[in-house]
Amino acid sequence: MSRTGTKLDAKKVNSELFTLTYGALVAQLIKDYENVEDANKQLERMGYNIGIRLIEDFLARTGSGRCYDFRDTAEKIQSGFKIFLGITPSITNWSPAGDEFSLCFETNPLTEFVELPDNCSNLKYCNILTGVLRGACEMVQMEIACWFVQDQLKNDNITELRVKFVKRLEDAIPAGED
Amino acid sequence: MTIHNLYIFSKTGILLYYAEWNRLNKSGITKEEEAKLMYGMLFSIKSFVSKISPLDPKEGFLYYKTSKYTLHYFETPSGLKFVLNTDNASQNARELLQQLYREVYLEYVVKNPLCQLNEPIQSELFKIKVDELFKKSPLFLSRSL
Repeated sequence: MSRTGTKLDAKKVNSELFTLTYGALVAQLIKDYENVEDANKQLERMGYNIGIRLIEDFLARTGSGRCYDFRDTAEKIQSGFKIFLGITPSITNWSPAGDEFSLCFETNPLTEFVELPDNCSNLKYCNILTGVLRGACEMVQMEIACWFVQDQLKNDNITELRVKFVKRLEDAIPAGED
Repeated sequence: MTIHNLYIFSKTGILLYYAEWNRLNKSGITKEEEAKLMYGMLFSIKSFVSKISPLDPKEGFLYYKTSKYTLHYFETPSGLKFVLNTDNASQNARELLQQLYREVYLEYVVKNPLCQLNEPIQSELFKIKVDELFKKSPLFLSRSL
């Protein structure tokens, strides 16, 4: 966290340090909850709390406005991954209605050096990302659902994150006199 | 050129921050009432502008001007609202508000886990940085009107 300058330059962090810190977090959660499902849930929640703040960073850096349509959203999410994780997932598998798409990751900085032990086969290791996306989109008046359909840690070729548009949230109206 | 005062509202209309520098005329109501009044007016102007606009309003409401002062308005896509009153000669106040968002709000509120995002900002550091930013801005002249 920067406390020194007001410069906007992206502070470069060693991705290995990030990977290992995240690994320590997941390991600790599994230990604390003794249950993979609860750890998944907790990761999503933590991601959500990150997302509602991270969106401000994203908006301030890119100066982007609200999204015209969901395709625009997809591209912005893609550029978000570029900014914060240094990867560019590909956008594929649009549903015919245009309200669902997939983000495919060939490499994922979160999962370097990671192998899942047998007793954790239900663990969604990167579940924090689903929370981040949900939290960030909620702050720009969009409710989305988000889940993993393929995971390299479970011997799939790629990691695929599915994103579905649920509904548009309404602007808050001023509180009335009560 | 003079900066009068600044309001920051959350997306739910809570007054997150208020600061004033050169304000001669007091509204005569409490700060809470004034904030509600201000937010209500901004909300009305916003919906008025988007309904009346003959073209796609894009950014929508930017500022209004009276004979004595100008109110500049900047809203982020996440619904934060920055409102700044200046005299009529001030240029580029919008740029200053964007700078406030990027360099002060983001750094000292969003990146401070102890600052709740939907509550009035208590951080002293934030107050200092806002003051610094405005005082070094060319829009700011501390002469009293």
